[in-house]
Amino acid sequence: MDIVISGLLLGGSYALIAMGLNLQYGVARIMNLANGELLVLGALAAFWVFTTTGMSPLVTLFAVAILGFAGSWAVYRVFLVPLVRRSANQGQLEVDSILATFGMSFFLVGVMVSIHSEYFTYSFLASPVALLGTTVALNRLVAFCFAVLIGGGLYLWLNRTRAGLAVRAVAVSPEAAGLVGINVDRVSALAFAVGGMVTGVAGVLVSTFITLDASVGVIFTMKALIIVIMGGVGDIRGSIIAALILGMVESAVATLIDPGLTLASAYLIFLLILLFRPQGLFGRRAA
Amino acid sequence: MTQSNLLPLVLGVPIVAAAAVLPLLVDGYWLSVAVYVLMYTALSTSWALFSGPTRYIALSTGAFFGVGGYLVGTGMSDYEQSYWTMLVIAPIVATILAALIGLVTLRLSGVYFVIFTLGLAEMIRNLVSWVQNNFLGSRGLYVLTDLTEVHIYWMLLAITAAVFLFGWLLGRSRLGFALRILGNDEQVAQHVGIDTAQAKVILFMTTGFFAALVGAVVAPRYYYIEPNVVFSPELSFLVVIMALLGGIHRLWGPLLGVIPFTLLWEVITIYLPNATTMALGIAFLLIVYFIPHGVVGLAEKFLKRGEA
Amino acid sequence: MDTKLVVMNEMLFSLTNWEDQMKRRNFLALAGVLTAGLMSTSALAADPIKFGVVSHLTGPLAGGEAVTHIPNIELWVQQVNDRGGLSVGGEKRPIEIVTYDDKTNPAEHIKAVQRLATQDKVDFMLSPYGTGFNLAAAPIYAKYNYPLIAVSSITDEIEELTERFPNMFFTLGSTSGFVDGVVTTLTKLREQGVIGNKVAMVNVADAFGIELADTARPKFVEAGFEIVYDKSYPLGTPDLSPVVKGAKAASPDAFVAWSYPPDTFALAEQAIIEDLDVGAYYSAVATAFPAFSKKFGGKIEGVLGAGGVNPDTPAMQEYRNAHEEVTGKVPDYWASATYYAQLQILEQAIEGVGEIDQAAVIDYIKANEFDTVIGPVKFDKHNNSDRYWSVGQWRDGQFRAVADTGMGDSADPVAKEGWN
Repeated sequence: MDIVISGLLLGGSYALIAMGLNLQYGVARIMNLANGELLVLGALAAFWVFTTTGMSPLVTLFAVAILGFAGSWAVYRVFLVPLVRRSANQGQLEVDSILATFGMSFFLVGVMVSIHSEYFTYSFLASPVALLGTTVALNRLVAFCFAVLIGGGLYLWLNRTRAGLAVRAVAVSPEAAGLVGINVDRVSALAFAVGGMVTGVAGVLVSTFITLDASVGVIFTMKALIIVIMGGVGDIRGSIIAALILGMVESAVATLIDPGLTLASAYLIFLLILLFRPQGLFGRRAA
Repeated sequence: MTQSNLLPLVLGVPIVAAAAVLPLLVDGYWLSVAVYVLMYTALSTSWALFSGPTRYIALSTGAFFGVGGYLVGTGMSDYEQSYWTMLVIAPIVATILAALIGLVTLRLSGVYFVIFTLGLAEMIRNLVSWVQNNFLGSRGLYVLTDLTEVHIYWMLLAITAAVFLFGWLLGRSRLGFALRILGNDEQVAQHVGIDTAQAKVILFMTTGFFAALVGAVVAPRYYYIEPNVVFSPELSFLVVIMALLGGIHRLWGPLLGVIPFTLLWEVITIYLPNATTMALGIAFLLIVYFIPHGVVGLAEKFLKRGEA
Repeated sequence: MDTKLVVMNEMLFSLTNWEDQMKRRNFLALAGVLTAGLMSTSALAADPIKFGVVSHLTGPLAGGEAVTHIPNIELWVQQVNDRGGLSVGGEKRPIEIVTYDDKTNPAEHIKAVQRLATQDKVDFMLSPYGTGFNLAAAPIYAKYNYPLIAVSSITDEIEELTERFPNMFFTLGSTSGFVDGVVTTLTKLREQGVIGNKVAMVNVADAFGIELADTARPKFVEAGFEIVYDKSYPLGTPDLSPVVKGAKAASPDAFVAWSYPPDTFALAEQAIIEDLDVGAYYSAVATAFPAFSKKFGGKIEGVLGAGGVNPDTPAMQEYRNAHEEVTGKVPDYWASATYYAQLQILEQAIEGVGEIDQAAVIDYIKANEFDTVIGPVKFDKHNNSDRYWSVGQWRDGQFRAVADTGMGDSADPVAKEGWN
């Protein structure tokens, strides 16, 4: 039971980390290597506000959500649209977006270092909660609840609204979506902005239980990419399930075998899934 | 064999010879810069030999570089082997590893391969750290040799020359011909009877070999190996970025990326010492937006304009 | 050219430190920095003495560097320049610092040190953060004959290294001495009847963590302890609850973690959540950071960790007050003071020699005893100062040394009583 609960909680935080990137990569076709830095930026905001004013990260969260949305929207419109326009094919866009977002990640690291170069660490809701016969940390539980809310919200948005339908259409094929009168640029910008918003919020939540610093973003980018690819690009369900699988596997390996092998086992699962289902759990076969 | 076919060789020999006497002329800082240039030239040229034709963006350089450095460290500290023994063993191990990884993962299509290789450095670091922790123990991975910067420079120069020679021979070989077809269209390559999987694996092995060799050669310069530092995801990215900046469809393309990149980095570090990372980020963005086809693209554009 | 550079650097430095500047008088500070920058080359007659330092401003070790090294340099420069500078050759010469960022990358680090030595031609260099970086830089310091007073560098190879690099000095102790401190502390607690024999030990599976765990295993057994849980976890593990749960299930009397900064924080948080009930709780790097006590407040009363200082000596009190006043930051309770001691040693040696002569300064450091914030420092024939605190314990908001080598002023350790 311990394993299931802590695996679920860990999987929940992984889902938080990965959902935003899934929208950005799956819909807007941008492999955003600055994703982790955006997450750390959210964490820095929460830490900074909490340590200077004592305001709860759960309040900061809303400000970060708005700023994350607006900022990502602007980045997409200003910096990424030119790349999308000029690239002849997906391969070229991938190369260009890797280079551009890598540059952005450096820039963001530089900005964060100049704001706070030490570790971002503080205590928030770090108290034990008894849950089904095991003890969990309240901050992890809260983050998990938000992961459920955000995941559920995104799923409903994508599947029950017109805007969501447009987003899914662009995810399947930008060309076809354009032909049926969807404004692909707008929808991509929207997906990119929502992705940025989710990632920023994830940063706020993660900062309540993980100690971060300005340079740690690349670790989160890596984890998020792995989850997105494992789950299938452009499918939010896939990311959530892949995140939960990773959480469960890591927690089981740590408890039953050896904590030293958790990360290695996560990559092994990733490899196995790719070998047997190369398009990811929920991915579409490449056309 | 025509004259123009041998031209690269005719030009290459004096260039390497000139580079070899460089340490007699400069010392200290510029030698360090030269070591840096050679290290990244060897890494990104061998990277481009694989990634250029196959279009797989391999982010595994850090993993193999790490294997090289780590094996030298553990071999010398834990098994009391000589540096030279480990210098031979390390790239062989990496090549075998690359073969295994290549056989398993080169069936994956583009982006999946990218992400897998991105995680590879972390995975290998975790595994070797775990083995070290539980079975070998460690008193710290020291690489204490009497090699100085000049020796490392010469070794790197030899490796870089070998990479270029390999690339040149490859371009003239059956395998190279097969790769060019593969690079244009994999389906066509398969139809004309090219074993595409085998070709890809062989090239992946060579990038693994050279990256580990460079890692092993550079290890004495680090003196103390921290897995955390040698298995560097950032190294993988830098190699890719320098190669792309130069241009990956010419053998000498990456070199044209490494040199300006290194100089740019130096200028930024000197003039903006407290904001290096930020300025470097901005520089990347400028490159992407204003030099979209790399330095080679830029050079060829000017050459064409000259001809016209 | 030089003037422009100095001004530009200073401006950037003040901009990048805007957070600290805002706290204090920002406009005045900026104006002051500007005039100081201009004056340093025009108004003042004496040439500044140039000190070079290659910092990890970004990258994995940036968090530690920002706590332990950078504020000390800022403090020292201000103190010395307020006095008018260092007395060399009958005149006072101010200090100027040339900083480069290596992004925690050894290749970059080596290149930047070379640049300091041969392009900037700095007069002296300040040691980098991390064992690996000190060793990577050592050959260059040796080649150009700069003294290297390594601080953030703990190794068991001091003798071999100083034989190779006779200009290299060690101040923070050896791996064995470091582990011995922990074994002694636990033994004392066992003698007091606070804990029994059962030790749960975990370590981060990275260079220094593995080395410490490996050194500790036989030493614990030799001291009569039984290791009931012995696991490693990878660097960057996001959830350490299985580790703490596993340790707890082994019902140990003492918990020892050879940890790095992020996991030091995470382990303590999990221990609080799981209510890990042990009589002794030890974690390694970063336990001595002010952020550690800021995060956990009174809950960490009695927690043991790497480092510790004697906060009662007048020199230490004066240092801690000045550090907070000048930099706006509280120094850590471990290597901060030792890093500052490095600066004091250099200062005294340079003034003692009376001229900018690196070789003479090295000889001076070898031959003399120095009066520093951590007490008298004298290097032995292996260039090692065998006087350091190794284990500290949080008591009433201070991280007090409870074990040392050669210091002799440690307090007795006390039991950890719950996490409240």
